[in-house]
Amino acid sequence: MSAHTYATLVDLAAGTLLLSAVLVVWRRDLQATARLLAVQGAALGAIPILSGVRRGDVQLVVVGVAVVTLRAVVFPKLIAVRLRGELAHEREGAPLVNTTASLLVTATLVIVAYALSRPLVRLDASSAARAAPVGYALVLIGVFLLVTRRKALSQVVAFLVLDNGIDAVAFLATLGVPVVVELGASLDVLLAVVILGVLTGRMHAKFGGTDLDELRELRE
Amino acid sequence: MSISGLIAVPVGAPLVAAAVALVSRRRSLSGWSGIAASLAVLAAGIAIAARVGSGHVVADAHLLRADAAAAVMVIVIGAVGALATFAGVGYLDAELADGATTPAAARQYEVLVQVFLAAMSLAVLADNLGVVWVAVEATTIATAFLVGHRRTRQSLEATWKYVVICSLGITLAFFGVVILYFASIHAGASPTSALDLDVLASRASHLDPAVTRLAVGLMLVGFGTKAGLVPFHTWLADAHSQAPAPVSALMSGVLLSVAFSVVLRVRALADSALGPGFARDWLLVTGLATLLVAVSLLVAQRDLKRLLAYSSLEQMGLIAVAAAAGTRLAIAGLLLVVTAHGVVKAVLFISAGELQHVHGSSSIADLTGIAARSPLLGAAIGAGLLGLVGLPPFALFGGELAIARGMADAHLAPALGVALVLLVVGYASIVNHGAAMLLGPARAGSPAIVVSRPVAVPVVLGVAVLVVLGVVGGPYPHLLETAATVLGAR
Repeated sequence: MSAHTYATLVDLAAGTLLLSAVLVVWRRDLQATARLLAVQGAALGAIPILSGVRRGDVQLVVVGVAVVTLRAVVFPKLIAVRLRGELAHEREGAPLVNTTASLLVTATLVIVAYALSRPLVRLDASSAARAAPVGYALVLIGVFLLVTRRKALSQVVAFLVLDNGIDAVAFLATLGVPVVVELGASLDVLLAVVILGVLTGRMHAKFGGTDLDELRELRE
Repeated sequence: MSISGLIAVPVGAPLVAAAVALVSRRRSLSGWSGIAASLAVLAAGIAIAARVGSGHVVADAHLLRADAAAAVMVIVIGAVGALATFAGVGYLDAELADGATTPAAARQYEVLVQVFLAAMSLAVLADNLGVVWVAVEATTIATAFLVGHRRTRQSLEATWKYVVICSLGITLAFFGVVILYFASIHAGASPTSALDLDVLASRASHLDPAVTRLAVGLMLVGFGTKAGLVPFHTWLADAHSQAPAPVSALMSGVLLSVAFSVVLRVRALADSALGPGFARDWLLVTGLATLLVAVSLLVAQRDLKRLLAYSSLEQMGLIAVAAAAGTRLAIAGLLLVVTAHGVVKAVLFISAGELQHVHGSSSIADLTGIAARSPLLGAAIGAGLLGLVGLPPFALFGGELAIARGMADAHLAPALGVALVLLVVGYASIVNHGAAMLLGPARAGSPAIVVSRPVAVPVVLGVAVLVVLGVVGGPYPHLLETAATVLGAR
């Protein structure tokens, strides 16, 4: 693979990451966001696969395939299973901020991400590291989604966008963190998502819905 | 035992006990193996301390390392773990007798408590900062279903907030770890060891300051979340009050300090990479803010377990302020407070759990005339509360004195003044609430309190440890001073 093709493909993957995150902000339907999450996971896994192929590094390719399996297949599937049998209004993300304002905030966050990542890009001017601000943007968008969505599963989606962003920075700037850390972190995230899924089920049984505004008994 | 075998014990022993609990059909076997595992952690902590007490670092091939600071934390995990697992046997027996839990749920409880202990040991012993992060997040995962063990609406709410807020905070810390890894590689570290604590320490002066500043900031906020520090402190009282009492003891008494020990490691790194100002200012501001929040919620508190949770928040605020001072005396005092606070909280939460079980409530208004109705629990809670507010002969006294002197040495007298005023208000509220429960007349119709052995033994032992630690000390203060030096104290 030539340096030019590699740079183009990595940029394409980074662009897909950002676009899918913006679309998650735009769409309220949780089933659609689960599909967008799958696209985002595939784009994320493509980055280490591309770097691995270019450098002839088998381990990186394996890591990339694992990332695709986990983030493009397992996580969206877990969310889709939870959504099955839900009533239409339960499938809405229930944002606190309307769509137009959310998209404007997202645009601002992307600019902030580029500003925040300047020290990192200054240190490493490789083509992949120049795309790292996209990871920063995903982190900020994830936090924004987390605080403005009031349905249990939409918070899980937000959490995953945030986590994809961190992994994107790791793969773009440094070819990923050491394998033991990547493995441990992925296992932690997987278990956290499974736990949140189980809790969502319990919430259904106890509250008859998953609206987080129901959670207001414990306060001073 | 070889050193690499020794430092694997605190992680390995609880995992073995977890496996035993998973396959065993006999409650007594899983109960005793859990207690034995905690005692093994404690013994390993003491043995490690004997090897690293003079300032050495010991490490195995690649995953684990131990210094004096890690030894102190392993000792705290083992000591409080032993008290809590002992009390846990009685808690599960009572729940099973009442039909409040099922044998399957009881087994889940025992497995998760041991996984939780192993994760905390890994968090203080791991060599690689990324693995430290994995272990800290694993504590959230292990404790999630422990907080939700009782399956009520409130415990479900507490669990959700706990998992979401802590995961968010800790994920920010992972972002920090990733950025630090990038900086470390650009400072010439090899990719496989770039996150090792000793490699980071030796490369600190080569780390790019702008990149490192962002990484350190994210790690301080992220690991601070798990330590209960402002602004992500809101999960703490809910989770600690809804969890079963022995789990509350572990979360309040040990988990917060384990998370804070990671903050101390980050502080040491920040000091050598960025100069002392950056972490100090953050610790001072968040510490005082945490103290303020905790004290304001202590004053009018109506629930005993929430009172204990906010008192832990208050201690974490004090510890953060002490860490800001950064002198040897202040850090050693901080570690003594960590130790004593862990044991005090075990005594108090285990006692509170017994009272909650008897009364079916943990509301302070429902708990009356405790001293007259149960001299043992009354004395234990009384001693625990007096120990908590830092009166001699209990060990917190020495720790707080050392922190105060350390802060004065570090020219932080104004902050010390503010912290002292807040502490006095907080302590007055604790004594006030405690006196109302313990000394007043019992309300008519209050149920009889029969203290079972699994409650009495850890409570009495805990108070004894506090007195011995406060009066005698032995080689422990020297270990704490070495630990402070290892943690980069000036």
